[in-house]
Amino acid sequence: MPYNEIIMDHFSNPRNVGEIPDADGVGEVGNPVCGDMMKFTIKVKDDRLEDVKFLTFGCGAAIAVSSMVSELAKGKTLDEAMQITNKDVAAALGGLPGNKMHCSNLGADALHKAIEDYRKRQAVPVAKTEESGGGCCCSFCDDDFDCPVSSASPGPTCEAKVQEK
Amino acid sequence: MVKINLDYGAATPVDPAVLQAMYPYFTEHYGNPHSLHDLGEQPRQAVAAAREKVAALLGAKAEEIIFTSCASEANNTALKGLAAASKSKGKHIITCAIEHHSVLNPLRTLEKAGFKLTILPVDRYGLVDPEQLRQAITGETIFISIQAANPEIGTLQPLPLLTAVAQEKGIPFHTDATSAAGFIPLKVEELGVDLLTLAGDQFYGPKGSGALYVRRGTRLLPLLEGGIQEKGRRAGTENVPAIVGLGEAAVLAREKMAARSSSLAALRDALKEKIFAAVPHLHLNGHPHLRLPHNLHVSVEFVEGEALLLRLNMAGIYVSSGSTCTSQALKSSHVLQAIGLAPELAQGSLLFTLGPESKAEDAPYVAEQLSRITALLRQMSPLYHKYSKGG
Ligand code: FES
Repeated sequence: MPYNEIIMDHFSNPRNVGEIPDADGVGEVGNPVCGDMMKFTIKVKDDRLEDVKFLTFGCGAAIAVSSMVSELAKGKTLDEAMQITNKDVAAALGGLPGNKMHCSNLGADALHKAIEDYRKRQAVPVAKTEESGGGCCCSFCDDDFDCPVSSASPGPTCEAKVQEK
Repeated sequence: MVKINLDYGAATPVDPAVLQAMYPYFTEHYGNPHSLHDLGEQPRQAVAAAREKVAALLGAKAEEIIFTSCASEANNTALKGLAAASKSKGKHIITCAIEHHSVLNPLRTLEKAGFKLTILPVDRYGLVDPEQLRQAITGETIFISIQAANPEIGTLQPLPLLTAVAQEKGIPFHTDATSAAGFIPLKVEELGVDLLTLAGDQFYGPKGSGALYVRRGTRLLPLLEGGIQEKGRRAGTENVPAIVGLGEAAVLAREKMAARSSSLAALRDALKEKIFAAVPHLHLNGHPHLRLPHNLHVSVEFVEGEALLLRLNMAGIYVSSGSTCTSQALKSSHVLQAIGLAPELAQGSLLFTLGPESKAEDAPYVAEQLSRITALLRQMSPLYHKYSKGG
């Protein structure tokens, strides 16, 4: 099994699956590396994420990532939620295999998009937050094998490499 | 706990009779077949007997069989050996788009070394068109390599039609029969091939056993150079237990092939019927009937293959997938690309290969689990939600 227990737990019992029917914000992203998809819907009350739900078409890691992002985000203020990075998600999941780091980007990006969408609807001008990027934050993306320590040693430069693939 | 292996394409168990035959060559008869003293005698005879047995499976002569360590080595030996031996005649090689990596990668290496490579397309079932093959041949063509069966989608190539084209022009024809050997008849005369690759681990022999048939008179330079083992065509001390095991597996294959294949095909057809009845939006990949008897390849719409595979694993069912997410390099299967399968369907692909422990009782359980798991994953699939909203 390529995944640790935390990932398998979130994969087998994903939290917050679904789509909020009258959502305040919707964020959808496609995975540039492998063509998979994630969609987050949010409900906002008093500047806090009252509810977060996701839909994911993707691998075990992608599903676990979505589930973890939804848990991390729920109850947070919008600003706090905007600070959640793919690294936080990977760390909360106890580390992802090296070639699966890119799946962790999807989750945070989709959530951030949903928040941006909400703010756009509220017409509150906000400074554009830095995206966690479409690439991998580890320095192992070129590896063809699972890397047990990938989440521990992020290297910022491999974004382009991952996009190429 | 239930354990249903439907991934025999990855590995098969060694038949007990095969294992039994191998034992003495690890212990009692551990000698080197090339020793002149008595310790070499029994191993030498055993290797010779195994050669006869593998030759018999192919309707070939014993001296036309080279033992190798695996199918990849046999493919590399065939392709690089042919290229090296026929450089002076020309530099053009023809293959097809759905070959195994152990064919495509050595050929790409040859291409980098200055050979010209034509990779024939296949139709949506994975079939190569003999007419296209004919048109691809030039005066420079030195050999053709087209597989007997595809390990992923199971499609059987019309080899006699393809080799007939090659024979008209006198061009050597290699076939990678790794996934076909032991399951469909492979008489080299009927197929019309000049070289053929097989491996024991696909048909209940040991891992680390392979063979290359090379028609007498075919010029081939060795890949592994060193001693004069295998008449100088493959150096390296013979792996006697593996060779003996391969020989035994070939005997069993010859005796049991018809019964084995028809029972596997019946089980496969039952499984197919059950899962198609249980799971909506399921697609069959590969040819409807020109396929390996133990192969079933489907795409489950709106869900991704790794998630399916992991969930099935939790239910004790072992399968594989051609999804990008399951590949270490995150590349989608070149086979599914070549047959023109839509990327979303390739993402949801599942490969079932049946084997010796497959039973009729498996099908209802697998269908039930696949239907439960698919429904669960579709519940969380944005694609499925979009579809059900009519978008
Ligand atoms: S979603 Fe494809 S590898 Fe994770």
